[in-house]
Amino acid sequence: MDMNEIKEIFFQECEEQLAELESGLLRLNDGDRDPETVNAVFRAVHSIKGGAGAFGLDDLVSFAHVFETTLDCVRSNKLEPTAEVLKVMLKSADVLADLTNVARDGGSVDQARSKQLIRELEALANGEAPPPAAVVEAPAAKPAAAAPAPVVNDEGFVPVAFSFDDFGGEEDVLIVHPTYEISFKPKADLYSKGNEATLLLRDLSRLGEMSIHCNMEALPSLEQMDPESAYFSWKISVKTDKGEDAIRSVFEFAEWDCDLEISLADEGTAAEMTDEELPMQPVPFDLSVLDDEPDAPVGVVEEEERLAAVHESAATVAAAEVASNVVQLASTASRAAAEPKAAAPAAAAAQNTAQAASAAAPTIRVDLDRVDRLINLVGELVINQAMLSQSVIENDNNGTSSINMGLEELQQLTREIQDSVMAIRAQPVKPVFQRMARTVREIADITGKSVRLITEGENTEVDKTVIDKLAEPLTHMIRNAVDHGLEMPEKRVALGKNPEGTVRLTAKHRSGRIVIELADDGQGINREKVRQKAIDNDLIAADANLSDEEIDNLIFHAGFSTADKVSDLSGRGVGMDVVKRSIQALGGRINISSKPGHGSVFTMSLPLTLAVLDGMVVTVAGQTLVVPLTAIVETLQPEASAIHSFGASQRLISIRNSFCPLVDVGRILNFRSTQANPVEGVALLVESEGGGQRALMVDAIQGQRQVVIKSLEANYTHVPGIAAATILGDGRVALILDVDAVVSASRGQPLKLETSLAAAG
Amino acid sequence: MKKKVLTVDDSRTIRNMLLVTLNNAGFETIQAEDGVEGLEVLEEANPDVIVTDINMPRLDGFGFIEGVRRNEKYRAIPILVLTTESDAEKKNRARQAGATGWIVKPFDPTKLIDAIERVTA
Repeated sequence: MDMNEIKEIFFQECEEQLAELESGLLRLNDGDRDPETVNAVFRAVHSIKGGAGAFGLDDLVSFAHVFETTLDCVRSNKLEPTAEVLKVMLKSADVLADLTNVARDGGSVDQARSKQLIRELEALANGEAPPPAAVVEAPAAKPAAAAPAPVVNDEGFVPVAFSFDDFGGEEDVLIVHPTYEISFKPKADLYSKGNEATLLLRDLSRLGEMSIHCNMEALPSLEQMDPESAYFSWKISVKTDKGEDAIRSVFEFAEWDCDLEISLADEGTAAEMTDEELPMQPVPFDLSVLDDEPDAPVGVVEEEERLAAVHESAATVAAAEVASNVVQLASTASRAAAEPKAAAPAAAAAQNTAQAASAAAPTIRVDLDRVDRLINLVGELVINQAMLSQSVIENDNNGTSSINMGLEELQQLTREIQDSVMAIRAQPVKPVFQRMARTVREIADITGKSVRLITEGENTEVDKTVIDKLAEPLTHMIRNAVDHGLEMPEKRVALGKNPEGTVRLTAKHRSGRIVIELADDGQGINREKVRQKAIDNDLIAADANLSDEEIDNLIFHAGFSTADKVSDLSGRGVGMDVVKRSIQALGGRINISSKPGHGSVFTMSLPLTLAVLDGMVVTVAGQTLVVPLTAIVETLQPEASAIHSFGASQRLISIRNSFCPLVDVGRILNFRSTQANPVEGVALLVESEGGGQRALMVDAIQGQRQVVIKSLEANYTHVPGIAAATILGDGRVALILDVDAVVSASRGQPLKLETSLAAAG
Repeated sequence: MKKKVLTVDDSRTIRNMLLVTLNNAGFETIQAEDGVEGLEVLEEANPDVIVTDINMPRLDGFGFIEGVRRNEKYRAIPILVLTTESDAEKKNRARQAGATGWIVKPFDPTKLIDAIERVTA
């Protein structure tokens, strides 16, 4: 694994953390005061900062730092997470997301926005009004300093100001390195925290010429000695050009638990001083002896080593005494080592239960390509199984039951495999919904409206491809809902509504499809205005008699926008027609229902997957076509008496006292030039985009089947009226009908066929 | 023999960086994702030194360090705290819990290895 891969992991993790951050903030916004929620939010920002620091992403680090400081105030109850505070934080989360994206994909962020937010965050952390712009670059540590709590009894960690210039001149002339006198007296804690005096001394010896004097006065008699206490202290003089900082850094970790004095000594006086203070002669300290560390608990070993050192020096303690002491200590060591072993099984048992608990939902990350390859293979398997079934049926007329039973089981298994594989690709719509929260915030800001987004069914799962393609149309619809749908707060108050508008985004499964609903409680569609606009744009005749539903659906026409002035948001040349087209491209439908004064509801129904489709296999002019089952309301055999001519070439069919236009699929697709006789065929009643029904005329129904969708565009080219292709059980290619395209073609918008389908087929 | 390092960090990014850095420096690395897991794997991992984060779900670094120090076998193992937090209060808490040393993120691989060498030799 190299740094680039880790960086990739970092950005993946960022996405997760950002999602966590946003959902946590939203929970806080909803009044959740669970400390764990605040902690999770804090950790999310903290993790991003940590990783960003490792990759030198300074912009990200500095923003995350300020954000984190403010969150820390919330965490420590210094700052109440009010709606105002959370508003700033949610915006900050957005900026953090932007910064992450910029760090990954390049580009630039809105500097003014992020600076403004840094100001706001700092102000919140300081509990004061936003400071003037000039203070923006103030060190990020400032909020922490302003907070009352931190107790700074941390002198040991205060960086020591040091400059080589202090002795630079002297050094140059004399070429003599300064000598430092160090007095080092460890406390017992130093050892119990895993630090080690010998290691420190050895580190120190690397700095330069060193002499060590060990003071063993405090060492009690062996009976009274606590092997884990600290009795020795050292006087060290080091001649080094590395400076005091280097010496301090050796003791960096130990400074907590020792008395340490470092001073710059005059050459010559050092030896005198130590001689006076120490009752003993300098002990030559052979550090190499200490390198061979026995396998025993560190605390004891350390004591052993110190005693060994004493032994080596042969200074004051009798050799035999020390030796016996070492043996004693060694046996303590083995006892200490043995005890945990006895406790191990119990610990292991506890570990197992804990693991079982934490293993609630283990997940693995799999490359999407691998899943897609599997899906493709399963698709091939389904086709192959269908072909096998077909040939068995053709060749085995007397129906040997064992083969048929085997085949049926195979079919069922194949279907199950397929469902399972599809489930792998299924993902909750949550990430997309979360992105919408941000969209809402941004538009609310720009339009000056107050909006609350409520999401429901975030965990509804749908194929990843669908999710990926859902974001864009959804964003646009949300923009529209806020920009056009919701009224300004003052107007809402005047209307007796809550000044805060509500946009509700819901996802749910319904009969094998996912239904996404976007509802707002705004003004609804202004039908008069829509109608007028449609007339102005020559979309409808001035005297056209349209139902409310039909008027509402006019907004899906290309180039239709009712906003009086083109606002920053909606008038970007992307209309609802684009939304509709992208939903259709996903095999979905979109409907609108609107109540003036009460708001509008957009309902999108999408297939759960783009890989398979339940279809009805039909014959049209000798061609085999597949009609998506979801589009079909019912099938019927028309009677001559039910067919009525209408206009020049139109025909209607009467179904239960209502008339429905009859669409000859064969004609529309140019399979044949003359109209088929409806009485000889079958009519498929389909629900079309606008909610209206049409009867599609086909010659015969072959059956119903799940088919694997093969993109025509990827393998051939886009064919109007055809959504995709598939391979049937007999190995033949069948085209999947694009019902909506055929229906709209029947309304007099002929399909623009580049190639005649009959020729292509 | 290779020295064994147990790292405890909830960030996948940092875990991976630690893994790469430590492996390149010739250490054997065992990883845990939070304090609870850290304590769970402690016995089996039998590390020579521990590097832990502070902010973690389930059990934070302070709790983890205390847990390790309560274990007779590991009460004197060197524990280095690796975290983005650098304020004095947190450092004090970690030292009271029994941390051996403190490294502020972003860690510089050389510094990390230096620190580990310093406490393990």
